[in-house]
Amino acid sequence: MIGYIIRRLFYAIPILIGVNIITFALFFVVNTPDDMARAHLGVKRITPEAIALWKVERGYDKPLIINNNKTGAAVLTDTIFFDKSVRLFVFDFGRSDQGRDIGYDIKTRMWPSLAIALPVFLMGLAAYITFALLMAFFRATYVDFWGVVMCVAMMSISGLFYIIGGQYLVGKLWNLVPVSGYDGGIDAFRFLLLPVLIGVVSGIGSNTRWYRTIFLEEIYRDYVRTARAKGLSELRVLFRHVLQNAMIPILTGAVVVIPLLFMGSLITEAFFGIPGLGSYTIDAIQSQDFAVVRAMVFLGSVLYIIGLIMTDISYTLVDPRVRLE
Amino acid sequence: MRSLLLRALLAAAALLAGCGGSPWNNPYPASEAGANIFYSSFSERPKHLDPVQSYSSNEYVFLAQIYQPPLQYHYFKRPYQLIPFGAAEVPRAALYDAKGRLLTERTDARLVAYSEYVIRIKPGIRYQPHPAFAVDDKGKPLYHNLQPADLDNIFALGDFKQQGTRELVAADYVHQIKRLAHPRLHSPIYGLMSEYIIGLKELAGKLGAVEKTLPRDGFLDLTHFELGGVQVLDRYTYRVRVRGKYPQFAYWLAMPFFAPVPPEAERFYAQPGMAQKNITLDWYPVGTGPYMLTVNNPNRRMVLERNPHYRGETYPAEGEPGDAEAGLLADAGKPLPFIDKVVFSLEKEQIPYWNKFLQGYYDTSGIASDTFDQAVQFTGQGDVTLSEEMRTRGIRLQTSVATSVFYLGFNMLDAAVGGYGESSRKLRHAISIAIDQEEFISIFQNGRGIPAQGPVPPGIFGYREGEAGINRYVYDWVGGEPRRKSIDHARKLLAEAGYPDGRDARTGQPLLINLDTTASGVGSKSRLDWYVKQFDKLGVQLVVRSTDYNRFQDKVRKGNVQLYFLGWNADYPDPENFMFLLHGAQSKVKAAGENASNYANPEFDRLFEQMKHMYNSPERQAIIDRMVEIARHDAPWVWSYFPKDYSLHHAWVHNSKPNQMANNGLKYQRIDFVLREQMRREWNQPVLWPVVLGLLALVLSIMPAVVVFRRSERRKGTLALQGDGSGGA
Repeated sequence: MIGYIIRRLFYAIPILIGVNIITFALFFVVNTPDDMARAHLGVKRITPEAIALWKVERGYDKPLIINNNKTGAAVLTDTIFFDKSVRLFVFDFGRSDQGRDIGYDIKTRMWPSLAIALPVFLMGLAAYITFALLMAFFRATYVDFWGVVMCVAMMSISGLFYIIGGQYLVGKLWNLVPVSGYDGGIDAFRFLLLPVLIGVVSGIGSNTRWYRTIFLEEIYRDYVRTARAKGLSELRVLFRHVLQNAMIPILTGAVVVIPLLFMGSLITEAFFGIPGLGSYTIDAIQSQDFAVVRAMVFLGSVLYIIGLIMTDISYTLVDPRVRLE
Repeated sequence: MRSLLLRALLAAAALLAGCGGSPWNNPYPASEAGANIFYSSFSERPKHLDPVQSYSSNEYVFLAQIYQPPLQYHYFKRPYQLIPFGAAEVPRAALYDAKGRLLTERTDARLVAYSEYVIRIKPGIRYQPHPAFAVDDKGKPLYHNLQPADLDNIFALGDFKQQGTRELVAADYVHQIKRLAHPRLHSPIYGLMSEYIIGLKELAGKLGAVEKTLPRDGFLDLTHFELGGVQVLDRYTYRVRVRGKYPQFAYWLAMPFFAPVPPEAERFYAQPGMAQKNITLDWYPVGTGPYMLTVNNPNRRMVLERNPHYRGETYPAEGEPGDAEAGLLADAGKPLPFIDKVVFSLEKEQIPYWNKFLQGYYDTSGIASDTFDQAVQFTGQGDVTLSEEMRTRGIRLQTSVATSVFYLGFNMLDAAVGGYGESSRKLRHAISIAIDQEEFISIFQNGRGIPAQGPVPPGIFGYREGEAGINRYVYDWVGGEPRRKSIDHARKLLAEAGYPDGRDARTGQPLLINLDTTASGVGSKSRLDWYVKQFDKLGVQLVVRSTDYNRFQDKVRKGNVQLYFLGWNADYPDPENFMFLLHGAQSKVKAAGENASNYANPEFDRLFEQMKHMYNSPERQAIIDRMVEIARHDAPWVWSYFPKDYSLHHAWVHNSKPNQMANNGLKYQRIDFVLREQMRREWNQPVLWPVVLGLLALVLSIMPAVVVFRRSERRKGTLALQGDGSGGA
């Protein structure tokens, strides 16, 4: 398995280079280094000299990908692309175009993101699987029918509605928790309760339906009939046999997102004033901070690749037939 | 099990209540209950907190409380009036000719070689506590020779254990002026100031040359360089010489660009490893103002606390007529500031902000369009009043016209809409009449604005009220108020311009005008459709070309636009700061200036050069009147509107008066924090029945399932038993 993991990590290198090239190309199709300088220096009374100086200081005065004024390897290495990309591969994110240490910002902001995303993920998973199993248990009854209707209704409602409605009802009308805000330590509980609740509730519709489909596929298989024939209770059949055999599709969807939980959620964090990573990339795109954009896209790619590898590993834990070679 | 559940519920309730008996939904720590704290918010992180770089109102919210420029604006008096802040008195420019002979103020500006401002600062002003000033027993700086290893356990400025202070001296002001020329700081006003402050350009040249010899993060010590036009005369006095006559320079002295920065702070922050830890002057300001920044976490909250060394300033005793009656002068003579701490929380979205304002967790609020109807209503006479809900809560409404202008500009270099011929002018006038600004303000601004009659907004010298102030090319004065000319008149002008019914008289082709804008998407569609409709009144086709901000700026810079939207916020309350937007020398295409319409009228330009050197006087007013008339006649802009600011204040906020120029108004505010605490408790009693009802509904909905499940299990058991019985038979 170790050999497989090492091989997968090596495969990741060309993927990351590709992602870097695409990010670079997309960013600089929309923004020129001059635009970036103007965005950072402001729109009032900015002189061409100040723009030129800003670019020199941050290395944006070089050609984008190919430097025809150089010879040898410098044709490729004395460029913005090379300068800004190479250090990422040793996870040196450097400084943002505003001068902030990106690594420090990420380390500081990922914890509040995780404080919301992890409980939403765990509690959501537990709730969705439980609801789905319940519906599978009552399949073809009014419980199942109305459960599906509810799920379809809930998944048809925008996530924003849950947030605004939840804030209004729970925070504003009933005065039970703060409408928004964040604090460290034990006090964070008060601020996380509502976003976590909304995170879980807003996912019930789509996730429960998805897991119900998986369980219904399993529930008619021969081994389930055999288990029932042995006289096992329905609960035992569902939780012991059906759930275990449905783990592969569940893990496929769930494990891959675990590393990405650090990255946060843009809308939830914006509405609840959570100082997480959710808005870091969007803010950077708006302020044309390429250093942050490339770092976050790179980090996202790395985490996604790690998530995929973790998914593969998790298969071996739930299905003894799977071997990673 | 039940007791465990009960204990868990109690613990959760205690956590919700913040362990202090304060309302459950209180977003602030229970320890802050009843404290003299002002609560506000910010929606985006400030880009710069270095006073030499900062040039944005969302940054001035913080900086203006921390730094102490030589001058400030009187909080109450209108028109805006400069008063001393760090300086002992407002300096008056002494004018000199090329031979160094003193001239009178009325001397022709062309004879003035330079103006001299001698600024005497108040003695005894002290800096906020800061590690840059910390010294050991022998008086040597504690933290000026740090090695990277010394910073191992330092992550924020507060991690330095020792702090110190020192007296503000004139050299600190001079140091900051030198920083305008610092090659790494890119001060936005360097370009402008280098034209005026004698020696600044030369200093920038020297600094640039030396900077090239330094390593990447090497310290450029400005104390080793002289700035010819700016001299320290004694410990408390310095002198600034500016080229020619430039009365607006005094206004710049009220901005953070000219606030003092101590050289030792710069030296402190320039040490190796500091920038890597984000410990910079751009992040941790060092000032002498009433407040100091003690928490800078722009992802969550920023906190200003009273500078313990700030003293000597008292609440104003004079104001405008009506201020005393409004109770605004009741605190006259009391020492400033009143509030101990100001907490700014990150609030990116308007809806949670508004909800928290109504709960009493923010002290003031603007009014977004989403909440406008909830907050404000119009009377039958068109006056604005608060809604019943707001009045019940004791909330007060304050309105003021912003010192800003929004306009729809024509590119005067464009062959179709530009030019200075009679037909071009008539075309622009026809369009100006057709675009119904009153309707626009009513629909899209909720009435928050007044139609602009020219470039100068109310509150700025040069603005004319009433009949004398209307744009006669677009309005008539009827029944004591301006009335927009009829659309028939606009059509007549259009026909005279060569476009009868919106078609080119020569070719018969419809007139097609492109509007370049950054507005796009669903949110802007109605607004843009409205503009298309306005042009349609004339039979003219408006083509909206939505584009991203970068491309838009690029098009404007290159003159590849016909029509565009822009606006301008005043730097200072002088008509020069608006008129320069139409000055030929500021042409965007020709000089990369701020005149995006590339308007150039020789008479206007000549009058501008004359007007900008003058102090406010009837002669200056006459020149401004003429300039406005020229601009209205040429119509390089459709004079759109001057926005109106609406703000709401809770009953416990005192001494608040809209001031578009002074950004340092926090020190005048007073909070009745006892009343606030009382109202917060009254408004935020937790409502528990929905929780109980929800749990009950959950139980009730689960019950049938449990019953069915048990019945099914029992049936299964019975069937199994029957099976066993039959097997045995």
